[in-house]
Amino acid sequence: MEYRQRYAINGILLYVVSSIFVAYLIFNVLDDTKTWNALFWIILLFSATNATSKSFQHESNSRFLYIYMLASPQSLIISKTLYNMLLIVFVGLVHLTFFSLLIGNPIEDIALFISGLVLGSMGIASVLTFVAAIAAKTNNNTTLMAVLSFPIMLPLLLTVIKVSTLAGVGFGFEEGGIYLLVLGLINVVIFTLAYILFPYLWRA
Amino acid sequence: MKNWWKILAFLLLLFTVIGGLLIEVPRQVILYETIRNLYFHVPMWFTMIFLFLLSVIYSIKHLSSSNMNHDLIAKQMVNTGVVFGILGLITGSIWAKYTWGTYWTNDIKLNGSAITMLVYFAYLILRSSMDEEQKKGRIAAVYNIFAFVMLIVFIGVLPRMYDSLHPGNGGNPAFNSYDLDSNMRIVFYPAVIGWILLSIWIANLNIRINKLKEKEE
Repeated sequence: MEYRQRYAINGILLYVVSSIFVAYLIFNVLDDTKTWNALFWIILLFSATNATSKSFQHESNSRFLYIYMLASPQSLIISKTLYNMLLIVFVGLVHLTFFSLLIGNPIEDIALFISGLVLGSMGIASVLTFVAAIAAKTNNNTTLMAVLSFPIMLPLLLTVIKVSTLAGVGFGFEEGGIYLLVLGLINVVIFTLAYILFPYLWRA
Repeated sequence: MKNWWKILAFLLLLFTVIGGLLIEVPRQVILYETIRNLYFHVPMWFTMIFLFLLSVIYSIKHLSSSNMNHDLIAKQMVNTGVVFGILGLITGSIWAKYTWGTYWTNDIKLNGSAITMLVYFAYLILRSSMDEEQKKGRIAAVYNIFAFVMLIVFIGVLPRMYDSLHPGNGGNPAFNSYDLDSNMRIVFYPAVIGWILLSIWIANLNIRINKLKEKEE
């Protein structure tokens, strides 16, 4: 159902690429791992927010009723979250490719970085899906979305930035593994919470 | 004597202020007399966590019963808890100025508590952005449960994984190992109970004011 709005995916990809290009025009090539990390995650964060904020907005009233009768809230939140996870992991990988192409890639241990990226994107996606569901119930969507989701995402981001710093200076899985585990745990916690709480939101 | 606990709160806090400032304390390097702030800074956070815990319990109750009273209680507990959180930040900040030489440092515990405050401010903003009472109560309750889990992550889990300047982390002594000699215990425990009772009193007043306002409308 989401796949029908393919223009949205293209829009997000264009958003990512143009943000990277702006950054490229400003910085040219970045050697400093710290700045590189900051820039990378900020761009990814904002594109992810943009990508997912639409996921409950488009439901017009009649369509909402239709879905409401057709699907249980549990299956709805699972499918929306899975879709957004796939979307953001995909966006993240494309983002990484273009980013390394234009701005350079100082990361030493690319395997650790990518596993951090995948887990982090999945976490970001599930937080954003849930918050989008909350924000869709209120009227002023976009600002509220940012206000609600950014503080909640911070533990994820802290851990993910720790992982990418470690990967940046060339540590392998022995040192970074524990943080990946934490990332996974945070993901599980967020997903379970969303699964339990979503039916209450939906029952309006 | 229905109001015995209010009198108890008053007496305990009176004792905290007088005893906290006058009773002999162990003299520690760097800390010296500022250790007396323990009676004010630490109970603030205990109180805040206690209030948020109550709030989450009432949010869960609200979700299962749709009773608007429970929602009101949950909201006022957060309101009061935020005030205590801000006081905790201020007392901690002043303490840090005298012991670490700066009001704020980039430390996981400080940042975690600040972010927790942000999460709860977001909760209050979320509440004020909706008008319909039933809907507001349910959505706010959902977010509140989410927020409390994040609080556990911020205050309970993350600080244990990073080094911190704050007592209790990274090889720094915590208060069970060095300072709680019997003199300090005498003041510290009543202080915690006193502040918690006071906070419940404040929240209780807020709830009653809100109920009266609703009746008027």
